[in-house]
Amino acid sequence: MTPPLISVRHIHKWYAGVHALKGVTLDVQPREVVGLVGDNGAGKSTLIKILSGVLQPDKGEIRVGGQRVAITSPKVAMRFGVETIYQDASMVPTMSIARNLFIGREPLRLGIGGIGLIDHDRMRREAIKAIADVDLHLRSPDASLADLSGGQRQGVAIARAMHFKSRILILDEPTNHLSVKETAKVLGFVRGLPAQGVTGILISHNLHHVLQSCDRVVAMARGEIVFDKQVAETSVEEVSDVL
Amino acid sequence: MRNLFRIYLEKPELAGVALLVVLAALFEARSGGAFLSGDNLRGILGLLPEVGLVSIGVTVLMICGEFDLSVGSTFALTPMATSLLIIAGVPTRAAILLGLLLAAAIGFANGFITLTFAIPSFIATLGMLFIVRSLTVVISGGFPPLLPDDLATGEFTQFVGPGGLFRTSFIWFLAIAFAASALIANSNVGNWIKATGGHLEAAEAMGVPVRRVKLFCFMLCSVMAGFGGIIQVFRLHSPLPSIGDGLELQAVAAAVIGGTALSGGVGTVLGAVVGALLIRVIDNGLVMTQVDANWFKFAVGALTIFAVVSNTWLRRTARRIKVAG
Repeated sequence: MTPPLISVRHIHKWYAGVHALKGVTLDVQPREVVGLVGDNGAGKSTLIKILSGVLQPDKGEIRVGGQRVAITSPKVAMRFGVETIYQDASMVPTMSIARNLFIGREPLRLGIGGIGLIDHDRMRREAIKAIADVDLHLRSPDASLADLSGGQRQGVAIARAMHFKSRILILDEPTNHLSVKETAKVLGFVRGLPAQGVTGILISHNLHHVLQSCDRVVAMARGEIVFDKQVAETSVEEVSDVL
Repeated sequence: MRNLFRIYLEKPELAGVALLVVLAALFEARSGGAFLSGDNLRGILGLLPEVGLVSIGVTVLMICGEFDLSVGSTFALTPMATSLLIIAGVPTRAAILLGLLLAAAIGFANGFITLTFAIPSFIATLGMLFIVRSLTVVISGGFPPLLPDDLATGEFTQFVGPGGLFRTSFIWFLAIAFAASALIANSNVGNWIKATGGHLEAAEAMGVPVRRVKLFCFMLCSVMAGFGGIIQVFRLHSPLPSIGDGLELQAVAAAVIGGTALSGGVGTVLGAVVGALLIRVIDNGLVMTQVDANWFKFAVGALTIFAVVSNTWLRRTARRIKVAG
């Protein structure tokens, strides 16, 4: 049997005296889409911030593809193929689409030690391709992020994750503030992740969204996992009873 | 009209350039042709590098989302330290370098205090404004030290160019402005600076080393201020402990007039240069048209408010037109 793609073992996290995660253990199989649900303060955000390298666990271990790893920064997480789309902290509104796509990973035409001049032509070219690849229709990669709708911004965030070949895509409340049509598009994309060889973790408040687009539902409450079932074996009623 | 708006959206600092042309024409007409004379231009261009360098540094720091109120004091302490070293017998270039290192240390302290204790840079650098000014007076001994008469400062102050139109300091200024512009607009570090100031959490989540980026900007800002101060002291040939007083706010005004957003993430080096030039032109133009010089601060204040109000209005209107079209 193949090892889980990502495996979290007995993770603990304290914040200023608050025990935010109390020994969370979770295995995610390759090409599985897991929906993570729970109230505010249940520990969902803390868990995904640990997976994406923004926070460090105080105790416990993380394995990627069976290897024990230390995800010490977002850069390290990206190196393992973990890309994260935060509900509103994914994009810089004052910058262009092309610049946003490549923040921290700019193609350089002249550089020493990772610092140098941006290859603007290549960045524009790759930006156009990345946007087209996720079937997004935008006028120009030079447009400012501030001029896009919420759905289009989410599309750019998705384009970035796919362009950098993410193996594990974490989406934190990606449908917040989106129109019905845009929400359907994002959920359709999540549904299609396994077909593209990508494993997904979807954080959402909306149980219907999770049941529509995920293979498995995991519910958290007060820093612990309290429910874990395949979508086919459960219902909105059962999950909401637990919460 | 729509084209004008589009140009404005892409290059907002051009509005400042347009204003510059209008003001120059006005002063030229009112002064009976004296404003654009070689002698007068020499005066404007000779002073520009000093406040211009400070404005560039402050602009870069504002783009990354922080402030520095201590630049006026650093502008005074750096040349004071350099002068004392020269008087003590240290070679001029080494003394300049040591002075700039001291400036970098002030910038590091500003950044370190701001980031480590998570306090607003406004407060950290306000404290540093007083501390550094006090240090300047203390090390000067309360009386401006005398620079040697034969000190070679030609590298920074000598008149060169056609008809001796500008000083060597202007060449330094241009070179530094080009380098800073390339840093902000064309380098990956510039992209990180904009991202850090535009949306800190997003930049962090994308792996930008935001703490190091900010520290770098704080240090760059202080070094620019220190270098501006050295140029001024070499021009005046006297390290007065009071120079640069009030410069911190003039630099913020120049940045804002040039289109830099107070909220971070937005701004250009060209804008900072245009803003600094506008302030110099107003200062000089008022004198040349025989307006009471005490109106200078009034004019800079009015221009600052006008620039931000009109920028906000233009941006909103241009956007509406773009969305409608």
